[in-house]
Amino acid sequence: MNLLLSPTNININLSEEELNQAEKMLGRKPNSVELGMIDVMWSEHCSYKSSKLVLKKLPTKGKRVIVGPGYDSGIVDLRDGDVAAFKIESHNHPSAIEPYNGAATGIGGIIRDILCTNCRPIGLLDSLRFGELRKGHNRWLFLNVVRGIADYGNCCGIPTVAGEIEFDESFESNCLVNVACVGIGRKENIVLGRMENPGDNIVLLGGSTGRDGIHGVTFASKVISDGSEEDRPSVQVGDPFTKKVVIEATLEALKTGYVRGLKDLGGGGLTCGLSEMSSKGGVGVEIDIDKIHVREGEMTPYEIMISESQERMLFAIMPEGLNKILNIFKKWEIPYSVIGRVTDTCRIIVKKDGSIVVSIPPEILTDAPAIKRKSRKPGYLKEISNKDGIKNKPKDISLAVYTLLKTPNIASKEFVFRQYDHEVGVRTINKPGDGDAAVLRLLGKNKAIAIKSDCNSFHSYLDPFYGHAGAVAESIRNLVAVGSEPIAIVDCCNFGNPEDPEIYWQFEKSIDGLVYMLTGLEIPCVGGNVSFYNEDDRTRNAVKPTIVIVSIGLIGNLDWITKLNFKEEGDSIIAVGKTFPEMGGSQYYLRFKGIGGRVPRTTPEKEKSSIRAVQTLIQNGYINSAHDCSKGGLAIALATMAINGEFGAELNLDQLPKASASIDELMFSESHARFIVTSKKEDVNNIIKLCRKNNVPAAEIGEVTETNSLSFKYKKKIIAKCEVDKMKKCWEEAIPRFVSPTLKRG
Amino acid sequence: MKLAVIQYPGSNCDYDVIHVLRNLVGIETELVWHRNFNQSEFDAAILPGGFSYGDYLRAGAIAAHSPSLNEVKEMSQEGKVVLGICNGFQILVEAGVLPGALLRNDCLRFVCKWVNLRVCSSRTSATKLIPEGGLLHIPIAHSEGRYVNKNNDLKKLYENDQIVFKYVNEKGEEINSNPNGSLDNIAGICNLDGNIVGLMPHPERASEPSINPYGSDDGLLVFESMLNYINH
Repeated sequence: MNLLLSPTNININLSEEELNQAEKMLGRKPNSVELGMIDVMWSEHCSYKSSKLVLKKLPTKGKRVIVGPGYDSGIVDLRDGDVAAFKIESHNHPSAIEPYNGAATGIGGIIRDILCTNCRPIGLLDSLRFGELRKGHNRWLFLNVVRGIADYGNCCGIPTVAGEIEFDESFESNCLVNVACVGIGRKENIVLGRMENPGDNIVLLGGSTGRDGIHGVTFASKVISDGSEEDRPSVQVGDPFTKKVVIEATLEALKTGYVRGLKDLGGGGLTCGLSEMSSKGGVGVEIDIDKIHVREGEMTPYEIMISESQERMLFAIMPEGLNKILNIFKKWEIPYSVIGRVTDTCRIIVKKDGSIVVSIPPEILTDAPAIKRKSRKPGYLKEISNKDGIKNKPKDISLAVYTLLKTPNIASKEFVFRQYDHEVGVRTINKPGDGDAAVLRLLGKNKAIAIKSDCNSFHSYLDPFYGHAGAVAESIRNLVAVGSEPIAIVDCCNFGNPEDPEIYWQFEKSIDGLVYMLTGLEIPCVGGNVSFYNEDDRTRNAVKPTIVIVSIGLIGNLDWITKLNFKEEGDSIIAVGKTFPEMGGSQYYLRFKGIGGRVPRTTPEKEKSSIRAVQTLIQNGYINSAHDCSKGGLAIALATMAINGEFGAELNLDQLPKASASIDELMFSESHARFIVTSKKEDVNNIIKLCRKNNVPAAEIGEVTETNSLSFKYKKKIIAKCEVDKMKKCWEEAIPRFVSPTLKRG
Repeated sequence: MKLAVIQYPGSNCDYDVIHVLRNLVGIETELVWHRNFNQSEFDAAILPGGFSYGDYLRAGAIAAHSPSLNEVKEMSQEGKVVLGICNGFQILVEAGVLPGALLRNDCLRFVCKWVNLRVCSSRTSATKLIPEGGLLHIPIAHSEGRYVNKNNDLKKLYENDQIVFKYVNEKGEEINSNPNGSLDNIAGICNLDGNIVGLMPHPERASEPSINPYGSDDGLLVFESMLNYINH
């Protein structure tokens, strides 16, 4: 066997113990190429070594699940043979260093994950977190991440239809860029990322392999530091045009029926693709490294095997269909190489100049030893656990409403979604801002999917368990509010350094919260992604614990699709679900310097009742608009319904189902399991009855008016009166004011 | 009657236009790879939106050199109908089939939003069924849609009735209505004869009430006009 490089020439991040373990599994010392491959595959990013023992607890099965975790994307049943594939991924580290390309290639990667199941990607979502916008560096990250997503997604012709953005100082050096994609296809046509038939040809399609992105995964598996700027060459450069033609050529190739297995090359590059595909099918592979089309001369086998160059797909093709498929690639003028064959040896053999440079069983690469990390409750939680109070309690509640509408966490994200083509594909019924979730129809069918991403990192920082149980609940409520029946979720975990016991504790508790809510609601988790080491080397500040939930639902009848804007003068406004004094982590506390407090706690039982009630109401045609209560509570939910509908409303909170008497709690508490719905007056009694039947407290709290005023009455006093057009101005202009030189900051 | 939707590498709205033509207008439509397009087989052609060749160099600049544009030029002379939507409009301009140029939006960002259009001429293949002054709700989605032309040539466009669509406000006035800085609020133009039309907005995205926030199907009028124009 050739040793083309001495091991001292390559950058290895494995621990001494892991090196010994690898040697034991292989039965000899790995050569330098093999060592590089093991190093990449055993990185946190590829191996999930710190997380897999905990992630095992998540419920993954259900009668609507067709493909669960472990493949490129989760696939769920949409009835009548229709399926949806969806997946989420983080691109935090590259985006923190090079926001434009980091975010763009994040979109590129997630599209490939959907594509390789033979589903056509039809929607993108972005879940973004940045430091506060008043700092220039954060604005630079924000503007360029958004532009990266826009340029890439728009060019590929996939609409970016939903997402969410949070701003908090914990994301200052480590912005979080999580992107998700959803695709649709047919059950009988699903292709999976595995090789199973010895003799099949292995073909590498797409961008040429270069030195970019080498060690991208190991870079993503460490803490960002002063030296991270030097890691900029680890950030891949995206090419959305190549991606677009790869999408079309791949879909055309899949149509032939000769593709047996398909996987995108992302983190870990060819090493990851070959090892995962062969180990899943229990086969081996033999490839000739000289056949691979490379971008640069003199690339070593080590570099080729771990390069993460973008826009590449790895095909296993039946020999009888090879020519037909290669002709398709030629038509689209995309480079490809036939690099080898599937074998029955159960080993990955890589040859260069006719001699073997790698010979390793794929399982050694894919089954990195799990690590049980130490875990300890963080000190900050003890410090704030006994505090509950607010420093600058606002006297004027109307002013508080305007102020909250102006905070970037609540303000309209139109500045962002205007830059995304959210219409291409002619499927988008609920467009960004229209409703609690995006709605995409299936062409020619009375059917649509709803999709949304959610997390409230302010809640989960104070209480990882209930914060994340709440994130699941909110995401599911968002699906229900637009008229869908929730099917499944995927999750994206973003945490600091897992070697820090306090961070690991956050991770464990967060997953426990997910498990609690998902199990109770009988919603499976069909895929996910973990990103650790999101912390600042210098300050040791970690990001707030953030598991982004992307949930998908099915709308079985287009008539059920619901938006959030007030529709008609005279409509009744009904509150569904009870308001509790739960101000911990609320936007109100955040803005007016509240400390501690109880984070909203919900139970699957409460959520189930509210969900069932609202589903029944929508399906019976009672509902004109629906919105769940989340950031900013009842007041902000009503304000956005008024702003979007260009109507006013008169509210009276006397009848509001509540376990509190304090005005700010009624207005701004962020309790879960609540919806605001509107309906015709004559349906109110039926609605309240139906809610009671489902054990949900509900009451009529007001009426939509054709005025410019949103007024709140409580105990015979007007407690707040806001002008709708002034609220609109606050809400719409807040983010543009930070980023546009011509507007003054409010 | 048969229509062609010409597919370039990077076309995005090809399937959207086909959906509207086949399923809503109900006309035989073929997706044709740009290298294989032979105009004599078709009554009309649509150059769809997207990012042909990634919009590298300039939007439409590379596709303008595709052999399909020679066919389009023949169609122009023969009086056949051609519609360029968004990137298709950019390609027609880059190829010199339509006059002027399309530059980056003045806000320097991609803009996706619903706009109001006023139809300025009813003689063209895309507006035959729409009265002059008629208002349409249709969305735009582009970053290079700012129409420019020289003063003299602009004057000629007016004289020859070649300005087809303008961006207007809800009342039909040219006040605070320009989404990209386009010269004289121009959203679409035609050639001298009116058989070839290019516009930045996407009529295929406004052809069904269910995906149209105004609940209308204004975009359909553009495609139905094409049929009407061909039939007469």
